[in-house]
Amino acid sequence: MSSVRHLIEPTDLTQQEIEEILQLAEKIIEKPEAYANACNGKLLATLFFEPSTRTRFSFEAAMLRLGGRIIGFSEPNSSSVAKGESVKDTIRTIACYSDIAVIRHPKEGVPRLASKYSDIPVINAGDGGHQHPTQTLTDLLTMRVLKKGLEHPTVGFCGDLKFGRTVHSFVKTLAKQGEAKYIFISPPELKIPEYIKEELPEGSYVEISSLDQAMEELDVLYMTRIQRERFLDEGEYMRLKDCYILNNEKLEHAKEDMIIMHPLPRVNEIADEVDKDPRAVYFQQAKFGMYVRMALIIKLLEMEGK
Amino acid sequence: MIRIDTIKKGIVIDHIKVGHGYKIFNHLGLDKSDYTVALLKNIPSNKLGSKDLIKIENDIHLDLTVLGLIDPGVTVNIIENGIKKEKIKLTLPERVKGTLKCKNPRCVTTLENIDDVEFTLVNREKKEYRCEYCDARTSM
Ligand SMILES: [Zn+2]
Repeated sequence: MSSVRHLIEPTDLTQQEIEEILQLAEKIIEKPEAYANACNGKLLATLFFEPSTRTRFSFEAAMLRLGGRIIGFSEPNSSSVAKGESVKDTIRTIACYSDIAVIRHPKEGVPRLASKYSDIPVINAGDGGHQHPTQTLTDLLTMRVLKKGLEHPTVGFCGDLKFGRTVHSFVKTLAKQGEAKYIFISPPELKIPEYIKEELPEGSYVEISSLDQAMEELDVLYMTRIQRERFLDEGEYMRLKDCYILNNEKLEHAKEDMIIMHPLPRVNEIADEVDKDPRAVYFQQAKFGMYVRMALIIKLLEMEGK
Repeated sequence: MIRIDTIKKGIVIDHIKVGHGYKIFNHLGLDKSDYTVALLKNIPSNKLGSKDLIKIENDIHLDLTVLGLIDPGVTVNIIENGIKKEKIKLTLPERVKGTLKCKNPRCVTTLENIDDVEFTLVNREKKEYRCEYCDARTSM
């Protein structure tokens, strides 16, 4: 059972493995038809204990485009889980029928638990506020493709940096990829946690509270949502929220070739008018998400070159 | 000072931080013992100012990991024939299996019965442990 590989959090992959997945994803983007049968005869199970249409479709589209097939459920009410079956038993059963499983669950640590009882690869598609490693791979691929050749990018992260797991995970993984400068833009109460900064080289980051102040320097702007419920004080929220909403006016001083990323879904932190700006790549990002999941599935099933 | 006779065979748990003595006493189930035990509180101590101390006149099995979690500063003396045979200094264990509970209400360990959840020490000073499932930090 130990030889089976899972992806529960980004650190489950070595730098080398991440590099291989990103390279394979680039090859798939270049020539998708060459991979149309890469997973023929393989079955992917999507176990969504909480609904997330976007993520589920991304995995299912990835598998179908590889010539594989899919089974699964998208809400626990319709499954044996509703009858009180444990995660351990669910995964042990599913592993009998399928070749690879994708799990999303509101409780943190469920995919890790499932992987301990599974003899097929398990991919974490989000467990509460904990980990969402394929989002991190998506972010890495997006930057790699759209910012090719840029050696020391300046990357701005804007919004709720305290609770935003996608940011934490992206920053940690990015830091291992090579030199970058990080600008963390957030209200004081939503600053990036110490333990994330501890992993960055000294002098490689700054923390500021104004998006305008950072704009002209950025090669990449990673936007996240600021949730009202994160603020203790309603007045404080009202005062701050507009500072972190991206619109065309704020973009006036940005570089011509900057890219704007967002893990989606967005609420109001990026004004609709920005969508037409060629620098807005967040919908493209979703497409990269599918490609990187195709690469990941091939890797975990060890179907490369078969 | 009250005199408690030296024991012939058993265990003396020394240098317990004041207040922890009672906790350890209960944890070891000594309140239910049918052999001689003594819990001394607020003994003057050169090292600690004052301390608690437990004497157990019996050969019982001690879970040093759990003892280390409650109070990593204690010393365990094993007594045989009235003399100190072994002196064990405790430290916070690097890894703990099965004794800690994750305090994160969103953690899978609150949903399902999982044996032997492993916690890894992440901050010795704050006595903080990380849950293997949700990575949340739980301190003692
Ligand atoms: Zn936990």
